[in-house]
Formats: sequence, structure tokens, C-alpha cells
Amino acid sequence: MSVVEDMRSQAEEAKVLDGVVVRFAGDSGDGMQLTGNNFTEATALYGNDLATFPDFPAEIRAPAGATFGVSAFQIYFGADDVTTPGDATDVLVAMNPAALTTNLKDLVDGGLIIVDTDAFTDKNLVRAGYTANPLDDGSLDNYRVLPIDITKQVLEAVKPYGLSHKFGVRCKNMWTLGLTMWLFDRSRDAAIAGLKKKFAKAPDIADANIAAINAGHAYGETAELPTGIEVYKVPRANVEPGLYRNTTGSEALSYGLVAGGQLAELPIVFASYPITPASALLHTLSGLKQFDVVTFQAEDEIAAACAAIGASFAGSLGVTSSSGPGIALKAEAISLACATELPLVVVNTQRGGPSTGLPTKTEQSDLNQSIYGRHGDTPMPVIASSTPTDCFDVAIEAVRLATQFSTPVLLLSDGYLANASEPWKVPDFDEYEHFPVKHETNPEGFSPANRNPETLARVWAKPGTPGLEHRIGGIERDFVTGDISYEPANHHKMTMIRKQKIDGIAKFIPDQKVDQGNDTGKLAVVGWGSTYGAIHQAVKRARAEGKDVSHIHIRYMWPMPANLEALLKGFEKVLIPEMNTGQLVNVIRAKFLIDAKALNKISGQPFKIREIEAEIKAQLEGN
Amino acid sequence: MNAPLTLKDYETDQEVRWCPGCGDYAILKTIQKYMPTSGISKENTVFVSGIGCSSRFPYYMNTYGFHTIHGRAPSIATGVKLANPELDVWVITGDGDGFSIGGNHMIHVLRRNVDLQIILFNNEIYGLTKGQYSPTSKVGTRSPSTPDGSIDAPLDPCSFAIGAGAQFVARSIDTEAKHLTPILERAHQHRGASFVEIYQNCPVYNDGNFDYVKDKKTAADSRLVLEHGKPMLFGADNQKGIRLNLNTLALEVVTLGEDGVTEADILVHDEGNKVIAQMLTGLESGKFPEPIGVLYCAETRKAYTEEVYDQRIAVREARGPANVNDLLRSGHTWTVS
Ligand code: SF4
Repeated sequence: MSVVEDMRSQAEEAKVLDGVVVRFAGDSGDGMQLTGNNFTEATALYGNDLATFPDFPAEIRAPAGATFGVSAFQIYFGADDVTTPGDATDVLVAMNPAALTTNLKDLVDGGLIIVDTDAFTDKNLVRAGYTANPLDDGSLDNYRVLPIDITKQVLEAVKPYGLSHKFGVRCKNMWTLGLTMWLFDRSRDAAIAGLKKKFAKAPDIADANIAAINAGHAYGETAELPTGIEVYKVPRANVEPGLYRNTTGSEALSYGLVAGGQLAELPIVFASYPITPASALLHTLSGLKQFDVVTFQAEDEIAAACAAIGASFAGSLGVTSSSGPGIALKAEAISLACATELPLVVVNTQRGGPSTGLPTKTEQSDLNQSIYGRHGDTPMPVIASSTPTDCFDVAIEAVRLATQFSTPVLLLSDGYLANASEPWKVPDFDEYEHFPVKHETNPEGFSPANRNPETLARVWAKPGTPGLEHRIGGIERDFVTGDISYEPANHHKMTMIRKQKIDGIAKFIPDQKVDQGNDTGKLAVVGWGSTYGAIHQAVKRARAEGKDVSHIHIRYMWPMPANLEALLKGFEKVLIPEMNTGQLVNVIRAKFLIDAKALNKISGQPFKIREIEAEIKAQLEGN
Repeated sequence: MNAPLTLKDYETDQEVRWCPGCGDYAILKTIQKYMPTSGISKENTVFVSGIGCSSRFPYYMNTYGFHTIHGRAPSIATGVKLANPELDVWVITGDGDGFSIGGNHMIHVLRRNVDLQIILFNNEIYGLTKGQYSPTSKVGTRSPSTPDGSIDAPLDPCSFAIGAGAQFVARSIDTEAKHLTPILERAHQHRGASFVEIYQNCPVYNDGNFDYVKDKKTAADSRLVLEHGKPMLFGADNQKGIRLNLNTLALEVVTLGEDGVTEADILVHDEGNKVIAQMLTGLESGKFPEPIGVLYCAETRKAYTEEVYDQRIAVREARGPANVNDLLRSGHTWTVS
């Protein structure tokens, strides 16, 4: 038997798995995110369904070997409907003791650990809090361990390229990538092409990295590995035919804003101030100057919100973005936009709060802030995206609501959605319906207080239009003339009409649909935002066991779809899993007098499927 | 051809609600009178203000106007210019609005050099909130919040503006239309952020605060009227002047004919000299006359929004036409069949 034939028969015998969770973990300087992204790309090209989740440390460059400097990237890929990055890890790649100790708790019993033994020095062990080397003391007996001196292997592989020790060691992540690609039968082509492109100006670095990938792959093929460590097959998923790409929520949201501007036929001014995890929007949009988008990095959050409002006053669509603490600073300006009834889109990429909280971790705790967090009676629409790809459509919807109802709109994303990625069947933009904005141009009968009788939107007349010169401001305005008015009855009327306008949006949004299951029944699991993936899987599993449970996922947080109350009342029980202390639960109770039950998780980590599944069981058994 | 516009065309039907005798009235009239000569149509003119007595200004100007929130007018105005750089945008602010709550925005709008006319009505007091001392109040100002006199040192708005990188900095006086009008015109012509401080009397809470400069009897000695290319002379017969002492590198008051001083010793005002401009803003009140006029004017940088749009044009030329479908298909894609 030739070598090739031998390999082929090995591959045929390869173990077949429905889905696998791999986590790459190392120092923040180890390049684990890059490794993960490359592996993701190869996996997408292979044809698996997948979801990924990067877990960054808050420190940019923590001291080497520190537990708080561990950066991880998790990917779940499989043959069927993947919607979360996975509950537990099957394969853990740990580049040092800190990465091992911080990620071990999520590894399944019998899971595979690949470690770089070179990094298990006394110093690193102490830094990670080990008193004995876990590779020797039997503490990993529950798992399968593949200890490799990766550093030595890499230095050997890159030797011909004359790299210094420092640069040579940096290729460790590519070696590991090569080995992992072997393990799951992925093609190295895309990664190799990517390296050639990335290091086009430094071909020796490209070559060294490529050599490292190939060496890692060859190691898997040739080294005598412990039994049970062999090539795994994860069959291709049965995904809808079409053109695909990977996207993070931040990317999809940025593209959605650009798309929304085109559908509204309006230029966009995006004004923002750097804040984790929201900055990616500013980064992406500032690179899209070929579109009608002007970006502005303001001096602070308030200035960013105000510049966006100024842009809307001048006839563009102002968009501002931040995370919770920054949104708090913008609150007064958002109220000005509510008072003057100017369109504005405010994106909140939520993170763990309060205050600085957990800036790199995810949470859904700004729902109260979004719905209620302004002075005065200032309702405004709040909508939430549920998956990375959903961010595209939700951004378009935010632009539609803002421009059609002359109001600020709050768009909720979160740290998980922003950074997580999933394959996206690229939509055909030509199929999207336009909602062109017509600025007022007719001086006859013009008043800045005029409203569209149907939507109640205030007229939008932009500076530069002859004959429509007018003044607006934060002081209460007369219902008819728009002039300053301190009239008691007028203030009541204006407050009510602003509220009616927002409440009335319910007539212009789709009815709430049931994502999975029946329209009535024993239990509805109601979610919003990034809990979508975990709820979806938990409900699917429970339903497969014959349980009477449905999944309802809300996009329109305020105002809510007109049929939502009746829909929820068709269920005996309502369970709301949230990454907060129960903010949607309170809204549902207050609005509909429904005794919804909360399932809360405020750890900075997304829900695991099994956590929701367990609660579904508990709720149904507790009948 | 339409009849040329007059002051009347810039008045609104709103009743002007400042206190009787307020310096704001005079400034309003001067600006309304200047506007028809500004060369800009009414519809392309925008007044943006923050909060305070002076910030009511836009309601009285028959142009586009936005009365916004406390301290934020520079940011709102920046957004207006980013959306439409063709608009002619004026920012009306006060000492509390622009230099206390909005101080940060003032730094950045000047540093960025956004093409705006920023008009500061400096009355050295909080009027609308009933008379508290402000960041420009002189030490010892007695007010409801400082009954025993204020302690903290005031800031000088023109010095602040030059420090922040403003390219046009001038100072004038509310009731002196003859001096103020040409300064408004200069500010308007200047491309980039133009900063004009106007000493404004608040007869209710800080009456007579600027009398030492305004009083006709003492004005000659108490003010230094700056004119580009002219020696810095002042006093009843222009017999006094400002000299740069080369030993101390400080400005000093000298008298022509005394100690051999001749006109050749007197500094000639050069609007482009930032160092001297900064020295002029730092002159101690009482010991020195108060400089009014254009303190500093340079056009070394393009206006911010011009640069923004230049960069955009360059990128567009390099990248070609934009298409959302192409954008969505950029980067790595794969086909599932
Ligand atoms: S309080 Fe002073 S500044 Fe305000 S309107 Fe009255 S006089 Fe003018």
C-alpha cells in the first residue's frame, strides 16, 4: 500500500462526529484570535455550519503567562443548525498553563487537550497558580492530553527562513493551526493564501508561517500519536445553497447602516467616541468613504451624539454609537432629539455593567436604560438584534423607523453579537424595499410643527431650502406654530402626541411570530437579543423530547408588536432567559400583567444551551 | 432680481425677551444689520446656540436656527457642517455655556478648525440661572453662590482660544457696532473656526462690569485698539504704547518721548504673530489697556470639513463607484450548491 493509499484509508476510517467545539487559548500575544479566524474560514469552506465566540481579556497586553491575559477563541462546527458557539469544549488548545487553568472547567470529560510543553515552565506554572505541573501530576487523567513541545517544533520548521528566535516563536499559532486542521481534515489553502496576501511585503515571514502550518499538519500525519487521536470527520451541514461569507455582528451592523442610508436615500453622518466593545462600528464605517457615509470621531460621547443630531437637523441621518456608560452620557442629547423630533439612530453595543463593569464581556442589562433612561416623558423606539447576521436587517429597520417617524431609535446589540461570527447567506440588496425620505420644500402652509397625519412624524425641512427658514430647540414648542410655548395645555398636548407617535409605530411593524413551536401551549420561552442561539437550541431539544414549549424572540422592544400580549396570554407559562436581573420580565409584567418567570445569568458569558434546557424542564415539571 | 435684503428681513415675529438694557439687544441688531451684507442667503445661514441668555439668539434671527442643550452648540454645529459644508453656520454661546459646561467642545471645535463663526457673549456671570459667578468672573465677584466673593481664577477666552489652536481670534464690545461689524465681517470671511469674544453688559446681575473699557471718558487709556500693521498706541493723544522688553520678554507700557522712547520702539500689530497675540491676551487688567480687535489671524490650515470632503473625494476616485451588493460580497465568500 502506498503512503497516499494508506492515508486515504485512514481518512475513510476517521471518526464521524455531528458537531465539535474547539477552543484555542493562549496569551493575548499568542495570536489565538488569528488562529481561530483561520480555522473558521477553513471550516466554512469545508461546508460545516458554525458559530464562533472570541473571549478577549480586558488588558491589551497582560504580562506573559498571566491568567488575566488569556485570550480565547471558540468555534462550534457541525453538520446541523449551529446557533451557539457551544456549551462545552471538546478540544482545548492551551498554549500555556494560564490558558489551561482558565479554560479547563469547560472541557468535557474525555476531551482532548493540546498543550505546548515548552510553556509549562516553573515560572509560568506559578503565574497560573499551579503548585505542581498538571501534565505530570495526574490531575488531567479525566482527559486525553497531547503534550507537544510546539516551540521546538516550530523553531525547527522555520529555521530555513533565518527568522530571529523571537519571530520564529511567533509562528507557534500557525503550527497549532496546521495540527488542528489535520485533526479535522480541513484544507490549508485559504490560510496559506491569506498569509501570502498579508505578508506580501515580507515574503520570508509569509514563508515561515506557511512552513509552520505545514509542519503542524505533517506532525499530525506522521508523529505517533496516542490511540484515539486521529482525523475526525464532521459531515457537511445541509445548508441552503447560495453565496456565503462570514460576518461578525459589528460588520453586519455597519453594512446595515450603509444599506439603510441607501434605502432611505439619505447620506449618513456617523459620530462616535471609542469605547469597548462598540468601536468596531467606527472602524468599519470609516473605511467605507466610497459610500455616502461621513464618520466623525468626536471628543467625547456627548459631542458624538450632538454632532449626529446636528447632522440630522441639516438633513442627513445622524447615527451615534457606544456602549452603556457612553449611552448614559448621551442621554441628554437623545432627549433633545426626542423633543425636537429629529431622526437619529443610537447603537448600544452592551457590555457588563454598571460603570466600567466588564468591558469585554457581554450582557443585556441596558434594556431599562434604553426604554426608560431619559429625563422627561421621552419614549423612543428600541429594537434589538438577535444574531450577528440579524444585525444587518435590524440596522436597516432602525434607519427606517428613525426617518419615517422623525425620532431617535435605540438599536441594541451586545458584546457577544459584536464579536461573534457566523456564516451569512449574502442577501441580494436589490430586493430590499426603498423608503426614500422627502425633505419638505414647499413654503405654502409650512410650519416646523406640521405632522404627517398617518405616522405623526414631524416635517423634516433642511437648512438650505428657501422659504422654510425656521427655528427649533429644546424649549417646548407650540403644537401649531412650533414657536416657543410655555402654555400648560400645549405641553400636555405635545407630550401626548409625541407618545402617540411612538406608540403608533406598533401599527407599522410586523406582528410577533413564533420562532419554533405552536402559537399556544404550556410554555413560551421568550427572549430578546443575543440569547437567540441558546434558546433556539434548548427549545429544539426539548421539543425533540416531545415537550410542549415554544420559542418567541422579540425584536421590537418598544413599542412592542400589537399582537404580543394576546400571543403570550395563549401560553400557560412564560419563561424569559436574560443576561440581566430580569429587565424584560418587568416590562412584560408591567405592560401585560403576565406573571413571566425569569432565568438570569449575569456572568459576562452567554447562556449555555443546557442551562436553558434545564429551566424549561423545571418549568414544565413544576406544573 | 429680488430687492436687496435689509435688517428687517432677518427679524422674526418672536418677541425679544431679554431684560431691558441687556447688551444682547445691541449685538442682535448689529448682526441683523450685518447679515444682508454677508453675501450668504438666508436659507443657507444657520444659527446654533446652547443654553443661557445669549443662546436665545437663534429665535430672533429669521434664518435656520437650533437652540440646543447646555454647552453643546459647537458639537451640534460641527454635525451640521459635516452634513452640509455649504451652510454658513454661526455658534452663539456664553461664558458659562462655552467655557464651563461646554469647555471641552470649545477646545475641540477650535483645534479641528471647523468652519464656523463662534460668537461668545461674555458677561462674566450666569444670567439665566440668576446671577451665579461664571468661569470668566473676576476674583472676588459676589454672587448668590459666592456671597463672600469668588475665589477661583477666571479664564481668558481669547487666550484659551489661541491655546486650543484657533486660527482667528478677536475681541469686541456689545454696544460698539462700528468696531464689532468689521470684526464680524472678518470672522465671516475667515475659513475655519473664527472666535469672537464680545464684552456684553448684563445690567441685572453684573452691571457696569466693562465700564472701564466702554466709558467714553476713560476709553482712550483703558483700551488698546489693534489694527494689523499699525503700532500699538493708545491714550488720549496716542502718546502711550506697548513695547516688548527684550530683557524680560514681557510687554510693557511706555510713553512716547519719555526715557528716549520713540514710535520705533512700539510694537507693530501683526495678526499672524501667535506669540504676541498670546501675550496680549494675558495682559493684566488695570495695569494694561484692554486689547480689542483681531488679536490673531492665520490661515495655515484648511477648514476641517473641507479636509473631510477632500479625503472622501480622493478615496472615491481611488475606489470607484460604491455598491452595497459588492460590499456584502467583499472579503472571503464561498458558494454552497
Ligand atoms: S440676565 Fe443679564 S444677560 Fe440675561 S437677559 Fe437679563 S440682562 Fe441680559
